Amino acid sequence: MRSYLEATARERLQRLLDPGSFQEFLPPSSRVVSPHLGQLNAPVAFDDGVAVGRALLAGRPVFVAAQEGGFMGGAVGEVHGAKLVGMLRRAINEQPDAVLLLLETGGVRLHEANAGLIAVSEVMRAVLDVRAAGIPVIAVIGGSNGCFGGMGIVARCTNAIVMSEEARLAMSGPEVIETASGVEEFDARDRALVWRTTGGKHRYLLGDCQALVADSVAAFRAAALDQVDRATAVPLTLDALEQEQALLTARLDRFGHVREPMELWRALGMDHPEALPLLEADAFVEHVAAVRLGAR
Amino acid sequence: MEHLTYIFQGGTRALPRQSDVVGVVGSGNLEVLIETAPLAGACTVDIATAAVGFGAIWHAVMADFHARWQLRDTRIAINDMGATPAVVSLRLDQAVETMLEERA
Repeated sequence: MRSYLEATARERLQRLLDPGSFQEFLPPSSRVVSPHLGQLNAPVAFDDGVAVGRALLAGRPVFVAAQEGGFMGGAVGEVHGAKLVGMLRRAINEQPDAVLLLLETGGVRLHEANAGLIAVSEVMRAVLDVRAAGIPVIAVIGGSNGCFGGMGIVARCTNAIVMSEEARLAMSGPEVIETASGVEEFDARDRALVWRTTGGKHRYLLGDCQALVADSVAAFRAAALDQVDRATAVPLTLDALEQEQALLTARLDRFGHVREPMELWRALGMDHPEALPLLEADAFVEHVAAVRLGAR
Repeated sequence: MEHLTYIFQGGTRALPRQSDVVGVVGSGNLEVLIETAPLAGACTVDIATAAVGFGAIWHAVMADFHARWQLRDTRIAINDMGATPAVVSLRLDQAVETMLEERA
């Protein structure tokens, strides 16, 4: 079983997609690097931390992007964001069966300030344009940097999210919350707490992600393919958005007062919430099937 | 940042593929972009490194690399974030071996 967590972005592309099928747009040899990092005397990467292109998934044409968490935590700079937007817009022209976003990112690359912020907002708009064109967008999250900040919002703009237990998804990351609100509010060094509040299992229980898989590239591949098939059943319509809003409102009413994720799991109907972190992915999915929110 | 350039002559081995990249620009790591290019038989190396003042060591590592592989008409570009000489040598060998691999 090959770990998805430990693979680089390019290794994930090689192993998750059909072998040899990935064709990159703007490969490293085209040397489209960040114009900002050089001014700050900081190292650049030839792909600006993201590989985008077209490929085959079980023989089906897909467009795909993979963020490299090892380069600046996968953070989105101007070029990085423009590559994502360009790939998404090209998808509308070429009509692949789906777009896969292999996300691993801390969000905006703060070195690039407003250019990075604008880039992330453009990615959100482009994701919604692709969905409006009838092409499903699937987010795949399983890297050690998680998926945070503006890119956490991008992930939630997709049709479906596939996560592993090790994956994390949120807006503000643990250190940001601790810095802003104090260590009494959130202790970023408490790894169990961090995963209870942002990890894949919590997200799956709350209905924030649609599939939870073991940390293997093969499991991610199978789940991504499954979501491509299901995703067309959840179109981007006002009705679907209102249903989602109703789900979120009900969730807030029901759990807004809860201070600790484990209490929330208990309130959902889990008799032994302390046992949930110890379950393997498949056993966990089976165990929580009756109580998880947002099943569809 | 420091930028270093080295040119090695007299190589005999030409690489069969167009280009490839190995490694990631992370702490203690580097990326190596390796490409074939018409360079009148030369092998050129362009290095951008975050660790300033290690030119002599870079030269030694690159001279060893050239002695190992004897590449000709090859352009190598490196973005480095403080990798040790052993890691640099590893990535360079990985880059060449990737270029030599048969691919479907």
